[in-house]
Amino acid sequence: MSDAVLTADTPVASDASIRALSTAGRGDKGVIVAVRGETGAPEAVAAEELERRLLEMGFVEGARIEILQEGLFGRDPIAVRVDDTRVALRRREARAVTVQFDGKTL
Amino acid sequence: MTDTAIRPARVALVGNPNSGKTALFNALTGARQKVANYAGVTVERKEGQLVTPGGRSVSVLDLPGTYSLRARSPDEVVTRDAVLGRLAGETAPDVLICVADATNLRLVLRLVLELKQVGRPFVLALNMFDIAQRQGLRIDLEQLGREIGAPIVTTVATRKRGLDELLTQVDTLTFTHSGAGDNSWREPNAAEIRAAHAEAQRIFKTCVRPPERPDTVTGKIDSVLLHPVAGLAILFTLLFVMFQAVFTWATIPADAIDGGFAAFGAFVTAHLPEGLLSSFIADGLIAGVGSVLVFLPPILILFFFILLLEDSGYMTRAAFLMDKIMGGAGLHGRAFIPLLSSFACAIPGIMSTRVIDNKQDRLTTILVAPLMTCSARIPVYTLIIGAFIPRTTVHGLSLQGLVMFGLYAAGIIFALLVSFIIRRIFWRGTVEPFMMELPTYRWPEPRNLLLNLWTRAKIFLNRAGRIIMPLMVLVWVLSTFPYPPEGATGPAIDYSIAGRLGHFLAPIMHPIGFNWQMTVALIPGMAAREVAVAALGTVYAVGGADGSTDALSATLNSQWSLATALAFLAWYVFAPQCMPTLGVVKRETNSWIWPTVMFVYMVSLAYLAAFIVYHVAVALGAG
Ligand SMILES: Nc1nc2c(ncn2[C@@H]2O[C@H](COP(=O)(O)OP(=O)(O)OP(=O)(O)O)[C@@H](O)[C@H]2O)c(=O)[nH]1
Ligand SMILES: [Mg+2]
Repeated sequence: MSDAVLTADTPVASDASIRALSTAGRGDKGVIVAVRGETGAPEAVAAEELERRLLEMGFVEGARIEILQEGLFGRDPIAVRVDDTRVALRRREARAVTVQFDGKTL
Repeated sequence: MTDTAIRPARVALVGNPNSGKTALFNALTGARQKVANYAGVTVERKEGQLVTPGGRSVSVLDLPGTYSLRARSPDEVVTRDAVLGRLAGETAPDVLICVADATNLRLVLRLVLELKQVGRPFVLALNMFDIAQRQGLRIDLEQLGREIGAPIVTTVATRKRGLDELLTQVDTLTFTHSGAGDNSWREPNAAEIRAAHAEAQRIFKTCVRPPERPDTVTGKIDSVLLHPVAGLAILFTLLFVMFQAVFTWATIPADAIDGGFAAFGAFVTAHLPEGLLSSFIADGLIAGVGSVLVFLPPILILFFFILLLEDSGYMTRAAFLMDKIMGGAGLHGRAFIPLLSSFACAIPGIMSTRVIDNKQDRLTTILVAPLMTCSARIPVYTLIIGAFIPRTTVHGLSLQGLVMFGLYAAGIIFALLVSFIIRRIFWRGTVEPFMMELPTYRWPEPRNLLLNLWTRAKIFLNRAGRIIMPLMVLVWVLSTFPYPPEGATGPAIDYSIAGRLGHFLAPIMHPIGFNWQMTVALIPGMAAREVAVAALGTVYAVGGADGSTDALSATLNSQWSLATALAFLAWYVFAPQCMPTLGVVKRETNSWIWPTVMFVYMVSLAYLAAFIVYHVAVALGAG
């Protein structure tokens, strides 16, 4: 998946459990560690604008996150729980959110 | 102070989307504005009046919901400008009521911090407090009030609870605060939003204990309804049942109304002396109005389904499931709800596109919205299907219902195709982010549902009275006068203005299989689609040899070929037969270009589709 390329340039990607939200699958849980505006996608809105929109919807560093459902085609969009709210978003925007995922053995 | 004592105080309702602002507005002012369980229901400012317990008259403003005063879409611009007093000819409100969903405080606390900067006195209404209590959510109201520096009131808008306390606070605030503090609000940057979030989070942690019985139902329902495969299957079944039901469930009540009017017309013809008056009442009024009223049942059935979808919270789930398909056609994720609303009527559908921030996304949605089969097409479809499609079943499903479904499907498919062409060929702009809150499921309130249906019925009857009746009178006059000259041999209607006009224009419509009566009916049908049905009723009734009030469908069946009927249906899938829609497009886009573009492309498609359908049908022997 092209998203994997993107996580490679994430600053603190040394820990394997820190990945972009766009790479997550159903049932994955974690904590947001970074929200940036860049998605690396062509034809996207300005990074600063996307960052602010994500923040306003509650995608902020420290928020708990869980992937609830995925769409049928290309597993897109995704429905996530951010703290107490449920939000639907597309994977291309989810690239801007970096999450520290919980280990499977917790 | 004397100034504020005399003029009514101005109060505005602000808050996150779907927090119950409009429900509160309705409870406070007795208005009947639209309330539904998804974000972005209200897209305009609405004003209402009330008198507080302190005897003060207050003008209340209901505003579109927003996550931030930093407006991104046209509806949020309204909210920002109203709160900041930037609207033309308006000062900032004296008091703000910030409406919060008590079960979902985190995001709204950040908005509260923004509102504080505006410097207006405000009160925080913790709405949906019934749900908060059911969940055992504990909120330290005193502490929260101290933290945000504003009075707090708990409310249940849908049960009208807490309104007096709220108004008492409004009274106190308008009396104690003479004027307001300085407005220090400006658009926050990302760092400021983060800082505000941190502050909101701190307040949240000190004042709110997590619920003892958190809602688990929504999650369980979603694991089925949002399921990639099962969810889509359920959605398609639902739409299928809905469009089938519009036809099949409605037959019994519709037949009863139809029979009633036919009997009434026959009664009038039998008891009034034959002549102009009898013709006017039986052919002009009863035949015309009756032929429209029979469509009340299917329209109400359609609204029943749409209201269920809107009130339960399913709308956003459907948008989620359809996102990829819509996106493939170049439509924005938020276009789904406006397009689904357009099944009722394109006008509110087009207005609700205001929630779409990007101009090109919004215009594309506006341009294709009228392709969705609106309820005004139901009369046309029902009439033609009833007259020409046999009442048989195919695999246990009614063939007539299936044809109805096919017409709905045609509208949807062409809407997707047209937007694909627009977005992939003409406007290949940026792809806007799509984020949408999925609200908690709620049981639709039966009372609310019935009241809404009643409102819809009233709107339809009102339309029948105000638009359809006068037009019917006009059609009757035009198809009756002038009388044929002495010794004329042909049918009288051929000499009337309508007859002449129809014969004059008929050559244009001839290639698509339309006769002159249909051509005439399409002209008043420009005002409202269903008028065409009534006009056909009148033209055929006036032109009828013995003036019988035979059911219109029987007349059509004997006068039209199947190919003509199918071409008429095809025409109606596309034709922009609705002036009010074009008017709204003009208003929403602020230019004549877009209604013109819409008209031209839709007429061309309609003509082309009718042409193809007619000639294929003739070739297959249905001529
Ligand atoms: N249980 C409960 N439901 C409520 C209450 N207030 C509103 N609702 C429901 O919440 C949903 C949203 O209400 P609206 O009044 O449309 O919300 P809004 O804030 O105007 O939404 P937007 O116009 O989209 O910003 C509807 O389904 C209401 O029936 C309440 O106090 N208790
Ligand atoms: Mg509202």
